[in-house]
Amino acid sequence: MVGRPGARPALDADSVAVMRVRVDAEKCQGHNRCFARSPELFDVDELGNAHELNDGVVPPELEDEARIAVKNCPEIAISISEEAD
Amino acid sequence: MAIKPVTDWKTDYDIFAKEYKKNPFPIWDELREECPIAQTERWDGSFMPTRYEDLVNIARDVKRFSSRDVLVAQYGEPSEEMELEMEERNEEFANVGAPPITSDPPVHTWARRLLLPPFSIKSVARFEPETRELCRSLVSGFVDKGRADGAVDYAQQIPPRVIASMLGFPKEMSGTFTEWVRGFLELGLTDPDLRQESARSIFEYLYAQIEEHKENPRDDLIGYLLTAEVDGEPVPEAHVLGTCFLVLLAGIDTTWSSIGSAIWHLAQNPQDCKRLIEEPELMPSAVEELLRAYSPVTMARVVTEDTEYAGCPMSEGDKVLMNFPAANRDPRKFTDPDKVILDREENPHIAFGVGIHRCAGSNLARMEMKVAIEEWLAQIPECRLEDPEAVTWSGGQVRGPRLMQIVWP
Repeated sequence: MVGRPGARPALDADSVAVMRVRVDAEKCQGHNRCFARSPELFDVDELGNAHELNDGVVPPELEDEARIAVKNCPEIAISISEEAD
Repeated sequence: MAIKPVTDWKTDYDIFAKEYKKNPFPIWDELREECPIAQTERWDGSFMPTRYEDLVNIARDVKRFSSRDVLVAQYGEPSEEMELEMEERNEEFANVGAPPITSDPPVHTWARRLLLPPFSIKSVARFEPETRELCRSLVSGFVDKGRADGAVDYAQQIPPRVIASMLGFPKEMSGTFTEWVRGFLELGLTDPDLRQESARSIFEYLYAQIEEHKENPRDDLIGYLLTAEVDGEPVPEAHVLGTCFLVLLAGIDTTWSSIGSAIWHLAQNPQDCKRLIEEPELMPSAVEELLRAYSPVTMARVVTEDTEYAGCPMSEGDKVLMNFPAANRDPRKFTDPDKVILDREENPHIAFGVGIHRCAGSNLARMEMKVAIEEWLAQIPECRLEDPEAVTWSGGQVRGPRLMQIVWP
């Protein structure tokens, strides 16, 4: 793949890669870092456990935010996937 | 008490040593590279990991590393007289502990579920307006004098009042709480009688407050714990007592240490004051960065079986000092770890621990720090330490400035 790191992988001419974010409920310990920074992508329950909003679909303008959420989670509970829509 | 100077930090560290209290960072740097699991016989002995990866591994291994005792052993034993007095009272206060910080699963699991909702990010937001009002009036009280002790007159004044408000205690008690908490956690670590005496004062006060809450039920944290149910049963009163003990102890000197360290940093870094004033939206990431760089808390674990970790043989009953502050300065994990970068994007710090014992009060602490910094800067946009050498720091397991004269134009 050619392009800057973090750029969307080119799939084929007709499809666009959709980024999805996911919180692993088993790993999350309720640090609230993802929700505090990106409430557009995550919410938390009353125990502080996070879950992704909107089925995890990340709007293109929030892709960097999603990547930051992954890097800031002390429990390594957040993952990103990119696939054809 | 005469303390032998430390000549080898790898095998004989002392968390109460003068140079360690003042500037532990170079000591941690040396240990992290040369002896990542240090050891000491002092204070009844402990191991001390300093690398991020090791801290995370040990924190997650709750079977081998129990939380039943999170403090290092005290120096010496209580006097005989105090022992007798405590024995007589044991029936009342026996084995209460401070759940869930001192619990392991399975008790930990329900105790934590019980305690977390009142400390959720949304619940603690309720206390923001009164915290702001408190901080504002504290600063107004000394701003015209051109000087204040940033620890005594400011940082120390905030968390006891917020906690008193949460628990539903009179705010006038906050000075007394401060005294008790320091007596138990700070000065008491090296003075067993003071430690016992402080614990007794706290338990007696909490006990009376619980009784009072039962007669006059109200909507505060004690009221919540008294009416909560676990598996359809009310929470045992001893558990309510222990949890209130935890909230009072854990919510006071930890957060005031963080606020104090933040003010200490700002007093020496005018560019950061300026930046926070001009770019207030940086505040949340600035709080995380200050938490990373000046993490106050080091908790302990107890080894549950004869075992080995990273080549270090450990025996059942040994203590491990969880040096989260040192992990947060590990260059393997953080770029330029000794630099405070207010808009650091990648910052998975573990100032609040990691794994199942993640600090239950983390959202409250963050809120208090943010408000305390904002309200300080709103009236004191620039300031400096009067004499950096004269600042004193608490030692042991909670690190923060204790005397810190700050001046401004």
